[in-house]
Amino acid sequence: MLLNIKEPIEESFQIIGGNFTQAGEASTRLKHALFELGVDEKIIRRITIATFEAEMNVIIYAAAGRLHYYITPDSITVKVDDMGPGIENIELAMQEGYSTAPDWVRELGWGAGMGLPNMKKNADIFKIDSVVGEGTTVEMVINFP
Amino acid sequence: MKLKEITDILKATTIFQSDNSDDLTVQSACCADLMSDVLYYHASNSLLITGLTQSSVIRTAEIAGIKAIIFVFNKKPDSQTIELARQKNIPLYSTPLCMYTASGKLHEAGLQGS
Repeated sequence: MLLNIKEPIEESFQIIGGNFTQAGEASTRLKHALFELGVDEKIIRRITIATFEAEMNVIIYAAAGRLHYYITPDSITVKVDDMGPGIENIELAMQEGYSTAPDWVRELGWGAGMGLPNMKKNADIFKIDSVVGEGTTVEMVINFP
Repeated sequence: MKLKEITDILKATTIFQSDNSDDLTVQSACCADLMSDVLYYHASNSLLITGLTQSSVIRTAEIAGIKAIIFVFNKKPDSQTIELARQKNIPLYSTPLCMYTASGKLHEAGLQGS
């Protein structure tokens, strides 16, 4: 179902690394915005899960980052870029269960090595670009069927 | 299965009761301590059984469409986490049972995995 919107809708959020208290706020706001636009519930679930995982990766690994979404009548693009350590081996990081998270992150229930695979699973298009020492950019597109 | 039936089976005490928890039903249940596992494997409209009491459980529940949370081993979250559950209207319960027994009893009573 294509969305009945006249102009694209977009919003940006700053994400602060280590701020677990606010973790998920950006994804939750996006979720509510999609509900108001009348997007199908299953599609909302895919978008918010993928966005939440990306948001959590910034909070866990990076000093700071930015989440930006862009909604058109036929799709949503979520782009998350961070000032983090970067990923040395993206192929390895995409494997289910592979994680470099420290123990304190696992104690909070994260770092299972499912974040990136979960983003890829839920997105129709998934792109990742990373430079060690500079940061990581993830871009996800989910189509409205 | 109705939430009331679930809490009776698990001898669970209420930590936070939402507006609609008396009438709430869940279609399935999942148990996990890793939040990405909840996000990756489980269906919406389900019950989460967990030993993790951090606020990330509430956030994950909201994103994943989890309708209610049961903490095992009589665990209780801190007041901040309970307040977050109140804001998100997600009921919280605590059972003295371990995750294995709690899951087994609910499965035996007919509640399927998600």
